[in-house]
Amino acid sequence: MGVQAEPRTAVMVRITDTGESYKCHTDESLLTGMHRMGKRGIPVGCRGGGCSVCKVQVVAGAYSQIRAMSREYVSEEDLAHGRVLACCVAPRGEIELAVIGKLNKAVTR
Amino acid sequence: MAVTGVLRPGHAQIRVLNLEEDVKFYRDVFGLVEQGRDAQGRVYFKAWDERDHNSVILRQADTAGIDFFGFKVDSVATLNKLEGDLNAYGVKTERVPAGEMLATGERVRFEVPTGHVIELYAEKKDVGNGLGYSNPAPWNKQSETGFAPTRMDHALLGGGDLDGARDIFINVLGFYLTEEVVAEDGKTQIAVWLSCSNKTHDIAFVRCPENGKLHHVSYWIETWEKVLRAADLMSMNDVPVDIGPTRHGITRGATIYAFDRSGNRFETFSGGYISYPDMHVLTWPIQHLPEGLDYAQRKLHETFLTVFS
Ligand SMILES: [Fe+2]
Repeated sequence: MGVQAEPRTAVMVRITDTGESYKCHTDESLLTGMHRMGKRGIPVGCRGGGCSVCKVQVVAGAYSQIRAMSREYVSEEDLAHGRVLACCVAPRGEIELAVIGKLNKAVTR
Repeated sequence: MAVTGVLRPGHAQIRVLNLEEDVKFYRDVFGLVEQGRDAQGRVYFKAWDERDHNSVILRQADTAGIDFFGFKVDSVATLNKLEGDLNAYGVKTERVPAGEMLATGERVRFEVPTGHVIELYAEKKDVGNGLGYSNPAPWNKQSETGFAPTRMDHALLGGGDLDGARDIFINVLGFYLTEEVVAEDGKTQIAVWLSCSNKTHDIAFVRCPENGKLHHVSYWIETWEKVLRAADLMSMNDVPVDIGPTRHGITRGATIYAFDRSGNRFETFSGGYISYPDMHVLTWPIQHLPEGLDYAQRKLHETFLTVFS
């Protein structure tokens, strides 16, 4: 692994639903950051942009997309309104989000 | 010859969000053998020990998931007969011409009520596993590269009308039920495992609210030891793991569920028992799903019934 040449920037992520917050690096996804810190709040699914369980609404703050997201779950309209998959976007600065995705267990209910 | 009619799963076409990233993943991390690209830009792979030209096809798309899952049948006569049987059962079919996929003959394509496209074909070019057909060596360099499964083994597909899909496989294509997960009512099947061979399953279905969903495509690994080696490789290559390494109660396979670079779940597994059509179905009441999935830890894995691509 070695020593990082450039210090990484970490910013605060706040999940409005739960009041939970965690530090996330600007070069990792919102979901990776949460998972790495052992925090909960955003459901963890495929982590590759292919499912929808980690979908969030960015309420405040800037982000950049670091992976492709399935168009089936993130439409143009979603993108325009800051509804994205937490596994595919990295924070640019302090950011606040609401959880949309869930582990929907429709069949057993 | 006992295994006749539908022989085995033969190909799966998987949609990926970033083709070159997943080509690298399936080739270098997974250890599948790249077999070529077609005019549409699809990339073909096979597992090292498979003899037919291809079994896994990647297609660049803006959604993840599975385009179709294909089975090899024993002859052109069987292909024609099964198409007639499907039509008589009320299932519409269409023919995909030979050569539409590399090294693959004519395919009969149809949709099952869970919204999945299933294919049958009789011919795919035998390119061998590189070890020859006379005095063959047991393995080669490819068998030691990456996870190195020996074959694409089965798929688990998710959709609404599980019963309709199950009936077509059992009543028309000659599959038999090996195991099932049933709801609290003791009747409604939440998931079914179906075999056309001595394997515990060649295809499985799970009930889920959306149609046409991929739960996982599964690959056979020779030993539990090598499944654990795959687990090391997953961690070394930042592959998101879903469940395992553990043993499924269901089918008794030693398994890992994980995801490709586009969020398509895959399984690398070993073992299980040898199944015959006369054997009694094994039933897992839904409250025992934790053991069914993860016998070692008996953990309820919520993602099993909720995460699909
Ligand atoms: Fe499986």
